[in-house]
Amino acid sequence: MEIKELEALSLKIRGKIIEMSHKAQAAHLGSALSCVDVLVALYWHAMAIDPLKPHEPQRDRFILSKGHAAMALFATLAARGFFPETLLDTFGAFGACLEEHPSPSCAPGVEAAAGSLGHGIGLGIGMALAGRLQQIPYRVFITVSDGECNEGSTWEAAMFASAHDLENLCVIVDFNKWQATGRSCEIMALEPLAEKWRAFGWSAYEVDGHDMGELTSCLKNVPDHRGKPVAVIAHTVKGKGVSFMEDDNNWHYRIPTQAEVVLAKKELGLL
Amino acid sequence: MRNTFASTLETLARTDPRIVLLSGDIGNRLFDSFKEQYPGRFFNCGVAEANMTSMAAGMALCGLRPVTYTIASFVTVRCLEQIRIDVCYHDLPVIIVGVGAGLSYAELGTTHHSCEDIAMMRALPNMTVVCPGDAIEARLALTAAFKFNRPVYIRLGKKSEPIIHQNDPDFQIGKGILVREGGHEVCFISTGNILPVVIESANILAICGIDAQVVSMHTVKPLDEELLGRLFSSFEIVATVEEHSLIGGLGGSVAEWRSGQRSIKTDLLRFGVKDAFIHGAGGQKTARQSLGLDAESIAKEILKKKPRPLFIDLEAT
Repeated sequence: MEIKELEALSLKIRGKIIEMSHKAQAAHLGSALSCVDVLVALYWHAMAIDPLKPHEPQRDRFILSKGHAAMALFATLAARGFFPETLLDTFGAFGACLEEHPSPSCAPGVEAAAGSLGHGIGLGIGMALAGRLQQIPYRVFITVSDGECNEGSTWEAAMFASAHDLENLCVIVDFNKWQATGRSCEIMALEPLAEKWRAFGWSAYEVDGHDMGELTSCLKNVPDHRGKPVAVIAHTVKGKGVSFMEDDNNWHYRIPTQAEVVLAKKELGLL
Repeated sequence: MRNTFASTLETLARTDPRIVLLSGDIGNRLFDSFKEQYPGRFFNCGVAEANMTSMAAGMALCGLRPVTYTIASFVTVRCLEQIRIDVCYHDLPVIIVGVGAGLSYAELGTTHHSCEDIAMMRALPNMTVVCPGDAIEARLALTAAFKFNRPVYIRLGKKSEPIIHQNDPDFQIGKGILVREGGHEVCFISTGNILPVVIESANILAICGIDAQVVSMHTVKPLDEELLGRLFSSFEIVATVEEHSLIGGLGGSVAEWRSGQRSIKTDLLRFGVKDAFIHGAGGQKTARQSLGLDAESIAKEILKKKPRPLFIDLEAT
């Protein structure tokens, strides 16, 4: 698929996410918007998946470890054809399968539950080791947040993966520079982030997390034939795509009004 | 129990290629034979229990049958959230094996005591909690756990505990085992590594004229409610015994069950570790004595409820 088409998909998915946040009165909009381009690059370009065969043993796996961005995952999976878009209308409704954080097997394409941070990389390593043992060479992609790099378990996993040369494992850090209540580089000493992953034995890349060309060429290059797990530091903007949400951490929790939904969709070129 | 666990796992792994073993940098030499026979199926996960548990869940999501193994307090409480979310929320066939139940490693201090693990594991939805009473039960528990296909916590003692069962008992997860038949006055319900002490206590009581029954309630969750119903309608005293806190363990479970039953006249006595950390050096034997969890102390408490003339003689000795 052409870069332009991928970019158009991103816009459409962003619009859907904003509608979902309003309708379900669900928080974490800024965090969902920052990782949309990463998800589009993965699901339409980098990963070997078939939406009609979500349990195919050979498939590449994706874990959204930053589970609070569930809206982005659900909207992406629906757009990719894993399930009908109408299911998104039930998001957050009482008793519906799509909750504000992904639950186990809540919808086709959701590989694992998430919500509490620092679990996804360990889960992904387990999947990658299983693939190695079963001699099925699938890859495992995991998106974590920058705040998630506060968790000790993230670094336990990082040390284990490189010790086992898990080159089929790729962690993408959605580095939007904010965590729930402050700048992620001020709350903890996060930088130099790429250097940290390299020091833990990973092959690390830094990309513009909203540049579809950079994202696709980097992600399709996993494994990168250095015999190491791959970390992609994706520099992103929280609330990306909507001027009054971008880099404003109020949108970690704020929910858009109907008027703001319309305004946002106009900016995205969807109205 | 520890060596039996290792040899049983090795046997089971022979016929089930899905079985993999994850160890938290423990079991020096214990798994040499496993590693030799199944290279690629043993993972030393380092001192990183949280990651070990998440990895086990990821493996189970892809069809493997992982076992996580380290000291009981570390394999449960240290990585409680990984067990709760990655293993239990996904309802995955991960077997969590803790060695050093209760005060098995008393001499190593409070960090290595495991007197809250049953309570914490029991509170998790989808989790099954099994505490074998001897090495035979440990072998049967592990074998049963692999057939169970859901999260199971197996709480082992250490090595060289007395063997209680002469032959293999009929072992089913969730079904207690009658170990010693007795009269209708006293029934002990024991869970886990304290079983030999309970048998000894019953032997002391026998000298005093009380023929106590002993049940090994290896599965604390789900509780064998049918058996409890029978015991509480047959005995005057039912006494739970465990090397675990009185909060949330076997005694707590039985008390919870009992609170929902009508017109039970049977007294419930609960022997266990009181709500306090244990201070001061000493091994398992002395720790048990200081907590009243040795055979004689338990017998004396029973005799307070059921006085016998010989009680006085016992006191004098």
